[in-house]
Amino acid sequence: MEMRAVYAEVMAGLMEADKHVCIVDADLSRASGTLGLYKRFPNQMFDCGVAEQNMASIAAGLASYGFKPWIESFTPFATRRVCDQIAISILYAKRNVKVVGTDPGISAELNGGTHMSMEDVGVLRSLPGIVIFEPVDDIQLRAALPVINDYDGCVYVRLFRKELPRVFGEGYRFDLFKADILREGKDISIFVSGLPTPDTLEAAKRLEAEGVSAEVVNVHTVKPIDRETVVASARRTGAVLTVENHNVIGGLHSAVLEALAREKIPVCAVGVEDRFGEVGKLPYLRETFGLTPENVVRRAKEALKLK
Amino acid sequence: MDCDIKEVCRNIRCDTVMSIGRLGVGHIGGCLSVVDLLAVLYFEEMRIDPKQPRMAGRDRFICSKGHAGPAVYATLANRGYFEKDLLLTLNAGGTNLPSHCDMNRTAGIDMTTGSLGQGFSCAVGAALGSQVEGDGATIYTLIGDGESQEGQIWEAAMFAAAKKLDNLIAFTDCNGYQIDGAVAEVNDVAPLADKWAAFGWHVIDVAEGNDPFAIKDAIERAKRNRGGGKPTMVLLRTVKGCGVSFIEAMGALNHNAALSEEDACRAVAEIRGV
Repeated sequence: MEMRAVYAEVMAGLMEADKHVCIVDADLSRASGTLGLYKRFPNQMFDCGVAEQNMASIAAGLASYGFKPWIESFTPFATRRVCDQIAISILYAKRNVKVVGTDPGISAELNGGTHMSMEDVGVLRSLPGIVIFEPVDDIQLRAALPVINDYDGCVYVRLFRKELPRVFGEGYRFDLFKADILREGKDISIFVSGLPTPDTLEAAKRLEAEGVSAEVVNVHTVKPIDRETVVASARRTGAVLTVENHNVIGGLHSAVLEALAREKIPVCAVGVEDRFGEVGKLPYLRETFGLTPENVVRRAKEALKLK
Repeated sequence: MDCDIKEVCRNIRCDTVMSIGRLGVGHIGGCLSVVDLLAVLYFEEMRIDPKQPRMAGRDRFICSKGHAGPAVYATLANRGYFEKDLLLTLNAGGTNLPSHCDMNRTAGIDMTTGSLGQGFSCAVGAALGSQVEGDGATIYTLIGDGESQEGQIWEAAMFAAAKKLDNLIAFTDCNGYQIDGAVAEVNDVAPLADKWAAFGWHVIDVAEGNDPFAIKDAIERAKRNRGGGKPTMVLLRTVKGCGVSFIEAMGALNHNAALSEEDACRAVAEIRGV
């Protein structure tokens, strides 16, 4: 099932249960999967048209009226374009608004560099009080959305729109503020968020074949990062690799480095090396930006050498 | 409320001047230009209860030109939201009266504002919320003429008309000046009446924007417009620094100006006519 279909289905349930839950969009409901909800929830679905700044502040105004708005757009327009509106109308004013950015990083594919945000987590992570969450599969997303809806504060959901291979089983128990250890290991800790998670698990298998025991931890919430799990894992293995579909500046890599600042542990990175995106399909983009199992294996070995 | 509105305006002007004078600097010009509007709204028009600042179904006022905070605070204090002594803590460290309006700090403030353009969108969002809730409230909001240069104002203007938010009454403080000079010279926003009408708004142009009776008349006309499916924009042709001749004479320089306690006392004497 596509991630956006899961998102729309869960949001419909949340809106059905609470008439104050609403979605404020900026002409991308079709892309976000929520277009079908307008007829069903005419008083909870609002389209601002192509006006993202207005979308963000309208949501803050609705929140001041007791609504629980979710705003949605493509990742760059839901974040860097409305950064000041999120900072002031939403966070500084303490308005309970959720932000959904779709097509993160290379997943913008054929929309290319203008729509490919490699910096959204970095842009938002320095804003006080925001929570940043990126799901890896439909099971985690389905578990997370009601929790996020109940959380009183701004949460940014970095949402891949299409279908993703499953990482979690049906018995998965979600905690917004707790990272998930996907695989235990003793030689290196690999902290991964979002899209590259299945490839990172594949890389861990290949490392195992070469005698390296890799622990893989899904850091679904980059802010506030689960410092306890990150530090404990890093101390246990003594080497760290971060893997993210984002610039290595400002996102998961930076968050892990901050958490490990007092530890004498090498930390290497797989991610976008401070460059803009470009047009192409996912296989090409994975190769171009190094988000492949081969690159994860290579970088993991570099980290191991530094131990 | 049964009151002498001109006397209310004088009281708010004096308290605004004294709070900024205590500090020595502040957004005095754009505060004094909107005092008459604030007096009419809070003393004659809005359905509010100072003892229940978060009362459900109340009318709301969102000061999108958040730098008029000191004038709003003086109005709220005169209306009984909090003690007047508090006004002298304006902008002091740890105060609940920061230069720009903060809904989480000050009783009676309906939205946090200061980043220009955003408060207006928030007001449109509140009007949408009120329309959906059907609580009958009127949402009032105030923007500056300089603030009208923000693109977000026009995004929100388009949306409010499209959603037929006739529960929304907005005001533009057309005092003619912004930080860098005359609005007409920096980046002219005229003709504002034509622009708002073109965006689908009901427009009322008030030549005497510092006359409380003219303001009240405009609000009554705007209220009669309810049911017509259009939001209302009231253009108030005001004087920046209104009521104090030496502040008025500063023009653009009174936007954020030094004001000593001695100056403030001189201003109060002029406002009081003594």
